[in-house]
Amino acid sequence: MSVVTQASPAATEDVAPAREWRPPSYWPFVIPALVVVLAVIVFPWVFTIWMSLQEWKVGSPTVFVGLANYLRLPTDPRFVEAVGHTLSYTALSVLLPLVFGTLAAVVFHQKFAARGFLRGIFIMPMMATPVAIALVWTMMFHPQLGVLNYLLSLVGLPPQLWVFNPTTVIPSLVLVETWQWTPLVMLIVLGGLAAIPTEPYESAQIDGANFWQVFRFITLPLIMPFLFIAGMIRMIDAVKSFDIIFAITQGGPGSASETINVYLYSVAFVYYDLGYGSAIAVVFFLLIVALAALLLYLRKRLLWTSELGGEA
Amino acid sequence: MNPRQILGQIGLWLSVFVIVSPAILFFLWMASLSLKFEIDNASYPPVFFPEHIAWKNYADVFASNRFLTYFTNSLVVTGCATALAMLVGVPAGYGIARMAAHKSAIVILIARITPGLSYLIPLFLLFQWLGLLGTLVPQIIIHLVVTVPIVIWIMIGYFETTPLELEEAALIDGATRWQVFRHVALPIARPGLAVAFILAVIFSWNNFVFGIVLAGRETRTLPVAVYNMISFDQLSWGPLAAAALIVTAPVLLLTVLAQRQIVAGLTAGAVKGG
Repeated sequence: MSVVTQASPAATEDVAPAREWRPPSYWPFVIPALVVVLAVIVFPWVFTIWMSLQEWKVGSPTVFVGLANYLRLPTDPRFVEAVGHTLSYTALSVLLPLVFGTLAAVVFHQKFAARGFLRGIFIMPMMATPVAIALVWTMMFHPQLGVLNYLLSLVGLPPQLWVFNPTTVIPSLVLVETWQWTPLVMLIVLGGLAAIPTEPYESAQIDGANFWQVFRFITLPLIMPFLFIAGMIRMIDAVKSFDIIFAITQGGPGSASETINVYLYSVAFVYYDLGYGSAIAVVFFLLIVALAALLLYLRKRLLWTSELGGEA
Repeated sequence: MNPRQILGQIGLWLSVFVIVSPAILFFLWMASLSLKFEIDNASYPPVFFPEHIAWKNYADVFASNRFLTYFTNSLVVTGCATALAMLVGVPAGYGIARMAAHKSAIVILIARITPGLSYLIPLFLLFQWLGLLGTLVPQIIIHLVVTVPIVIWIMIGYFETTPLELEEAALIDGATRWQVFRHVALPIARPGLAVAFILAVIFSWNNFVFGIVLAGRETRTLPVAVYNMISFDQLSWGPLAAAALIVTAPVLLLTVLAQRQIVAGLTAGAVKGG
């Protein structure tokens, strides 16, 4: 809360009676950014909603069609299928990084040599250019020459078709997504671990609790709020995931890994059906908001029970 | 050290090794792919250390005259989009923090949630109508969708933690708000500026989705160029991996060198573009 902006006219007059008082304004600082945000974020949004009500194909005249584009969605089998792919892809891409990220955070919370440097290495997958890593994963997934099937053969497992088989394509892509985004969960949970007081651990040690008990009954409840934040962010990013899927499979084989975002790309920029594409964009956004609201609701329900254990 | 502590140390290093190895092994494998001739890349079982190192793969990438064009394009787009974002975003972060206008953060949040593709449809039409397609301007403008929210978000966080006393003293001494911002607030927030700058650069550099729609043959950025190589020559893995490594090398270098700032920025805002 800023004191300066709240100063009352009377008080200012006491300090500098000679100058004319004018309400202190920070607006000039914000206006340039406001113009940019209006132009590249708000305008596209308003325009998208308006376009979604039109029959709008590149090269032909636009016709107002009301909600027809929206009514077309539930009858479009490719869209319905894409929703299913998106949900399963998202569920896996939230859960796996949460599990691995929490484990990694517990390890990085310990003190060891070169921790900062190793943490830098650990977060490299999430900072690297997605298309570049997608390219290398594509080579690693190669059924004949890929290194992954070689690694499987070392432990005696049969070779897989990975992204070239409709039933394994989504888990394979989730593998990449998990590899890429576990570091973000780790960083958020690590921040949570740093905020935990040491007293509960000391008393647990006196009581003779083992490692698992300490983790289950002290660490986990205390980092719950951070896990929710991580889960929320992960959910938003996983739903929107595009680069990895598009660069590795383009939604294939067939349409086995076509998520809403990939389908949206096809509709808008391959078929140039911009009206229908806009309707997909709007529904897609609402879906993300709905999922976020669902997580918030779960958080409320669950935090209430875990907060009984202590201040979180 | 007693045996128990030694065991604990061994366990700790073992788990560190297990956790870090997926990242290390992946990038080592990427480097290995990029330094092998086709005969080694196509051999089974895979060769990790080749007998002959194919520096030629890198030479080939640099020698193609298009590569320099795409590199320059990436540099211009990321450079301009980041510079513009800093120019408008830093003062905005300051203004929002001082006005305590927390509701304005909702716009940033919406920008964070919105899929990058939804911006593309209307802006694509706008750029087409303005006749800008075929230049780098559309990409610079649309990259602002990524960079501006990052910069504003991180700067709000920083300016909220910088002390107000100095600024108030300067105001009483008759400094204008702009002078206070320029000479008092900005120098203190320098670490925040570094964080915002680094993250804006990385996420703009990495961006792919805006490029595939807006870039023409001459205006491709590096990620788009690499993607086009995939469909182009599916089987020459060496040069492909070399190109991929060249594209992402600046980012990886920045990540290791500035890991402290990056971690600070990511845990503060958990931002990601597009």
